[in-house]
Amino acid sequence: MNALGMLAMTALLGVPAGAALLLVLVPGYRLGARLNVGATLLSLLAALSLFGARPEANAYLRVDDFNLYLIVLNNLVSFTTSLFSASYIAHELESGRLTPQYLRFYHAMYQALIFAMNLALLANNIGLLWVAIELATLITVLMVGLYRTRAALEAAWKYFILGSLGIALALFGTILVYLAAQPVIGQGLPAMAWDQLLAHAAAFDPALLNLAFVFLLLGYGTKAGLVPLHAWLPDAHAEGPTPISAVLSGLLLNVALYAVLRFKMLMSANPAALAPGPLMIILGLLSLLFAALMLYRRGDIKRLFAYSSIEHMGIITFAFGMGGPLANFAGLLHMAMHSLTKSAIFFTVGHIAQARGTQRISTIRGLTTTHPALGWGLVAGVLAIAGLPPFGVFTSEFLVVSSTFARQPLLALLLVLGLLLAFGTLLWRLHGMAFGESQGANTPVRSSSLPLLLHLGLVLVAGIWLPEPLVRWFQHVAALLG
Amino acid sequence: MHDLGFDIAHFLAGGMVVTSFLLLYQARLSALINVFALHSLVLTLAVGWQAFIQHAPHLYVTAGIALVFKALMIPTALHRIVRRLGIHRTLEVVGGVGRDMLAGAALVALAILVMLPVTATADPLAREDLAFALAVVLLGLLLMVTRQNAVSLVIGFMSLENGLVLAAAGARGMPLAVEISVAFSVLIALIVIGIFLFRIRERFDSVDMQAMDAFREERRR
Repeated sequence: MNALGMLAMTALLGVPAGAALLLVLVPGYRLGARLNVGATLLSLLAALSLFGARPEANAYLRVDDFNLYLIVLNNLVSFTTSLFSASYIAHELESGRLTPQYLRFYHAMYQALIFAMNLALLANNIGLLWVAIELATLITVLMVGLYRTRAALEAAWKYFILGSLGIALALFGTILVYLAAQPVIGQGLPAMAWDQLLAHAAAFDPALLNLAFVFLLLGYGTKAGLVPLHAWLPDAHAEGPTPISAVLSGLLLNVALYAVLRFKMLMSANPAALAPGPLMIILGLLSLLFAALMLYRRGDIKRLFAYSSIEHMGIITFAFGMGGPLANFAGLLHMAMHSLTKSAIFFTVGHIAQARGTQRISTIRGLTTTHPALGWGLVAGVLAIAGLPPFGVFTSEFLVVSSTFARQPLLALLLVLGLLLAFGTLLWRLHGMAFGESQGANTPVRSSSLPLLLHLGLVLVAGIWLPEPLVRWFQHVAALLG
Repeated sequence: MHDLGFDIAHFLAGGMVVTSFLLLYQARLSALINVFALHSLVLTLAVGWQAFIQHAPHLYVTAGIALVFKALMIPTALHRIVRRLGIHRTLEVVGGVGRDMLAGAALVALAILVMLPVTATADPLAREDLAFALAVVLLGLLLMVTRQNAVSLVIGFMSLENGLVLAAAGARGMPLAVEISVAFSVLIALIVIGIFLFRIRERFDSVDMQAMDAFREERRR
């Protein structure tokens, strides 16, 4: 049993790392794309097998209920995104935006990114977590600048500067946590291990822990795109290749938030430390309201959905800030729902931008008549992300709102205001793009609708019926989060 | 408690803060690069000294990385880039020196006021080191905020990062200190030197970040 678990854990890191090295050597892009899909499928299988056999934690890696759910989500979305990416890049190659050489680099980086994210989720060590998230930042910076246009370079540069600032603040926080732990646990590796930290957190110096949390929240919060540290996010989403936008929004933001939540667990385990909730509530509400207002004036379709990602990260941070079993449950559910829905939207948006040769919303009209599959896919995706029933996003948002109304009605009003604003704007934008007379260029694109259908199907099922074991699983994790 | 080992550690960490101040008012790019090399050299000494008094051999590796990468290779590469881009004689408009110095002094005071009360129970060596490290980090941020040129921004970031390595070295027995400093060196070396400066120059005919700001979405429509 245990040997199998170890094997699966090793595969989660080894497969993407090996595939990254292999893909550097593979010349043909078709073969590269297939290998990419195969490797992500293998990682997904390894992730799923962890349900059956869970390995014991060691000094560096661990699997518990909280990260297991995110690991499965991570590998599922990276698998479907690799399917989407295969059809996306074929078109990019035909239209000459990318050369085969860049594609080799792109595929290798894609696998390296999955390796970094799996490592961050599996890490049982706050130093390793930091190294993994830094690696992921570095790789995404390179990916965002892939097209080498002025705008892409500007986006990558901005992302590099802000991302590394965030990463620097997070490192300072990590060092402070170690300093807080060292007198209690002793020097060396154990003082950086999650399980040890959590077990002894009550004895840590609260003042040091408070300071550490502020640095960590700002540091990893930058990577999660929380306002006021979000400036890199819309540019990075708009200018990079669309599969990367899907992975950024769907996965990397979650990984950064996961790091914040781990440290929040430490804070809650220490009774004398500052309550982390209010800080997270403020940042969450700010992000939600700011993004909801900014949605209105967006002219670029990918930027529009990037702001929507900021909005949803705000909702999730808010939910975890409220804390308690119900709000935590809603936050966990929303993480999964947002990740599935937003990547599905980027799948359609990628093909739409290829079909119309533009990302400008004002020139995209009448999609449902010219490209029915894409058009209706976009309609379904946007309805889901805007929070309309029967999709799963509605369930989780409803849970956040109702649990907030029960405890802090005033905050709930602000929350509802943000949600309604975003809802209205998204539907209004959608109406223009999906319906009406079509105009401008219209190239047919070969798109695979399997990833889209899979994601939206899962979101729909979750909205109608959550399986009992999953509910119990989430309740258990929500209790852990405090 | 206040033995010679402590005093020397204090002196070297303080030296980094002073060098950070020197960075703040260098208008000429080549001078800025030279001061950064000095900054890294002081870091090497500070980390090396920590390795000696903590009997921590892995910190010698960190010090070695700081010396080879940050004090020698990166400054040399930056000098070469600046010369090839033909901007080595450029004078950068640095706001008021007095203003920056005052802001810097305020930041150092802030670092000390924040760190010392919080770490009252910690080991005094780590405590002072951490206060200095935070000061270096904040001064690096200040440098990044006040500069426009891409090269200066990168130097600001690297000086900030030197502060973090100092903090990691001061935390007694912290594992992964070596890995972390390697991770950071790779981050900057790869991105900065390999990819950005030339491409930015190629597309924008300038490494002045104000030229880039003109490409914001609002103005593109």
